Amino acid sequence: MAASTNGHDYKVIGTRPIRHDGVDKVTGRAKYGADYSFPGMLFGKVLRSPHAHALIKSIKVDKARALPGVKAVVTSADLPELADKMEAAGEQAINLAHLSANILARGKALYDGHAIAAVAATSSHIAEEALRLIEVEYELLPPVMSVEDAMKPGAPVLLPTLRNKEDGPDKETNVAAHMQFKRGDVAEGFKAADFVVEREFKTAMVHQGYIEPHNAVGIYSADGHATIYCSTQGTFVVRSLCSAVLGIAEGKIKVVPAEIGGGFGGKTTVYLEPLSVLLSKITGHPVKLVMTRGEVLRATGPTSGSTIRCKMGATKDGKLVAAQCWLAYEAGAYPGSPVGAGAMTIVTPYNIPNILIDAYDVVVNRPKTAAYRAPGATNAAMASETVVDELAEKCGIDPLEFRLKNASAEGTPQTVGPPFKRIGFVETVEAIKNSPHYKSKLTGPNRGRGVASGFWFNVGLQSSATVNIHTDGTVSVVTGSVDIGGTRAAQAMIAAEVLGADINDVRPIVADTDSIGHTDVTGGSRTAFATGWAVYDAAQDALRQLKERVAKTWEKKPEEVAFANGLFSPVSGNGVKPMTLKQLAPRLARTGGPIVGRATVNARGVGPAFATTLVDVEVDPDTGKVKILRVTVAQDVGKAIHPAYVEGQMQGGTAQGIGWALNEEYFYDEKGVLRNTGLLDYRMPTCLDLPEMETIMVEVPTPGHPLGIRGVGEVPIVPPPAAVANAIYRATGVRMLELPMSPPRLMKAMLKKRAAGDSQAAAAD
Amino acid sequence: MATVVIPALLRKFTDGKDRVTANGRNFGQLVDDLERQFPGLREQLIEDGDVKPSIAVSIDGDMGTGGVLEPVRESSEVFILPAIGGG
Repeated sequence: MAASTNGHDYKVIGTRPIRHDGVDKVTGRAKYGADYSFPGMLFGKVLRSPHAHALIKSIKVDKARALPGVKAVVTSADLPELADKMEAAGEQAINLAHLSANILARGKALYDGHAIAAVAATSSHIAEEALRLIEVEYELLPPVMSVEDAMKPGAPVLLPTLRNKEDGPDKETNVAAHMQFKRGDVAEGFKAADFVVEREFKTAMVHQGYIEPHNAVGIYSADGHATIYCSTQGTFVVRSLCSAVLGIAEGKIKVVPAEIGGGFGGKTTVYLEPLSVLLSKITGHPVKLVMTRGEVLRATGPTSGSTIRCKMGATKDGKLVAAQCWLAYEAGAYPGSPVGAGAMTIVTPYNIPNILIDAYDVVVNRPKTAAYRAPGATNAAMASETVVDELAEKCGIDPLEFRLKNASAEGTPQTVGPPFKRIGFVETVEAIKNSPHYKSKLTGPNRGRGVASGFWFNVGLQSSATVNIHTDGTVSVVTGSVDIGGTRAAQAMIAAEVLGADINDVRPIVADTDSIGHTDVTGGSRTAFATGWAVYDAAQDALRQLKERVAKTWEKKPEEVAFANGLFSPVSGNGVKPMTLKQLAPRLARTGGPIVGRATVNARGVGPAFATTLVDVEVDPDTGKVKILRVTVAQDVGKAIHPAYVEGQMQGGTAQGIGWALNEEYFYDEKGVLRNTGLLDYRMPTCLDLPEMETIMVEVPTPGHPLGIRGVGEVPIVPPPAAVANAIYRATGVRMLELPMSPPRLMKAMLKKRAAGDSQAAAAD
Repeated sequence: MATVVIPALLRKFTDGKDRVTANGRNFGQLVDDLERQFPGLREQLIEDGDVKPSIAVSIDGDMGTGGVLEPVRESSEVFILPAIGGG
């Protein structure tokens, strides 16, 4: 379902063609990273720490090296030691010393699964056997697993060199950063409130759960060039990071994107890629490494668990007057949690005059976190959207009406200050209010309905595109954006729209780093927005050249050539026969040669995203199991290029949000060892757990973008946990303040409520 | 003169003021003028001659892409905020 305010009459945009890469994917011919093989290829394996926190006293590799079939064994001593400071690497700000030490531990093992050494051998079995022959002497240290423990005075320190600005250069700490956002006077604001709600929330560390494990094949050539085939969201970021970690010039590294089996932000950094090149350089052979599921869960970047205190106040007529929030996020073993984004999103959907938000980035003995779909925002919304729901109840106002009373709109200052341009938050709330779902009646015992909203910034960044006109009138569109969610089809559709071409005559290609201009990661909901913009401009560039060729053919000036509905025609007069691209293309050689349209963008004017999610649940009163009965999500999508893939993003984000809400959780034992290292125990939702998810696309175009595109991939994950929590409250009367709201946790809360009710009843008797 | 909105934790450099004014045709020149008025502020914002990678600059509602070369107008409103990544 779509409600459009765009008003354009597009021919291709807004249709639902079959994706160009679809046939290869459903027939198994599409090539993923682990499918690559080369003559003489070796197989790599990584030795990982069994301890959460330990000094590495020594690593002895002689026995492993002596094993027949083993060609190389490397440790951090084989990597250059890098400066301990923040640097720009690609589009990321990253501490390269920390990145390097995460790839191979240097001096300390900081989490269960931390890479200690890597082996290349003639078979994966020999490589595994060699890992068992590596002798590592550890001195165990106490694990620090939670932000509360890490922030305690006298807590064991993970990184001896870590300092923060407030505590100064002399004090060791686990708090990597403190951020604060302030507007107005919260104390005065709370004085003006008739109702104040203050709650503390906890959310568990969760993984993105992409199905395809990380992989890499590295080939180091005798001429000093390296080629990497891998599963990544950004080939150029892999090139930048490998260059920095290995000390090889960027221009000497080529990264070839394999098809990708999911990433959700988790494949925007490197783990195996530098190791594949390092091992290849030593052995002279291509080296392939593929993680197991256990390695993915133990040693790649999940998103932060968090503790969030959220206090909000409203007047009795339902106006929010103050918000004060305190957020502490687990960064994992090295600084860099998304707590800043959590702080900047937590109350941004609402126009609140007085806010004070403090945010802390805290290192703990868990894997270094990586981006996960709207990083930091889902944790934050769980807190604020639950408190908003409770305030609406206290005010006696419908939760959607409460949101509408306080909704951010054009001109509202964001938490970070700049006022919003045209946004569609109000439209998402109204779309849910008018939806068949909201108008339907929910009946039956133990059932409840909840709603929540979410905000995400989206990003712009850099993209490049070329549009090649072939001699038969077909078109190839070349970009550097790895296709995760159907963006290849969207890019082809944009070019087809501009050129008046049939979508099946346009071939989208994702090129390697040597074959296309710099392009930042597929992440931040930027690909349709920024790469789509580059494709639009490149297609316009090709169209301009095509008009020149038509003009040459007709002996007219280019401005005397019109183009509409796929037909070149004279602006005025006649005497010439209009022609199509297919008629013109064979004549290119005679009119000046090939035509290549090109464009690059460093995209500005990013349109932020909002979503509102409505959920019906049924709670089993005997087990605490929550069944999702019905879900509807309304989202401002700007302009849906391929509506089916936009709906897919909305449904996918919602499904992940529900998994985060109900089941997903890292279980560590008292020694800091991860106990659920497989997908049977790390419980993601399956199709059996979820109903058909209804989607409402609200199209409020992003001002300034030629097609009004707004990023859509991330924001739908933000509201579901709070929406489910609010639904559970209405089903059971229990306010859940901790994720996941798994059966044992919910059952415990329900029993506590029942016991309190029984004791009240007993007291009344 | 452009208006610069100072992040909460940097207001110790501006005598607690959340909004100050500064001259400059680009963000780098603006920071130079801020440093003249409020010594110590430049070190918080600039490293190796450019905007720190952990910082983003919003000028008139748009996230800047030009670092110290980002153009600033006399009437501009400039916000300094943490850089955002996405997934």
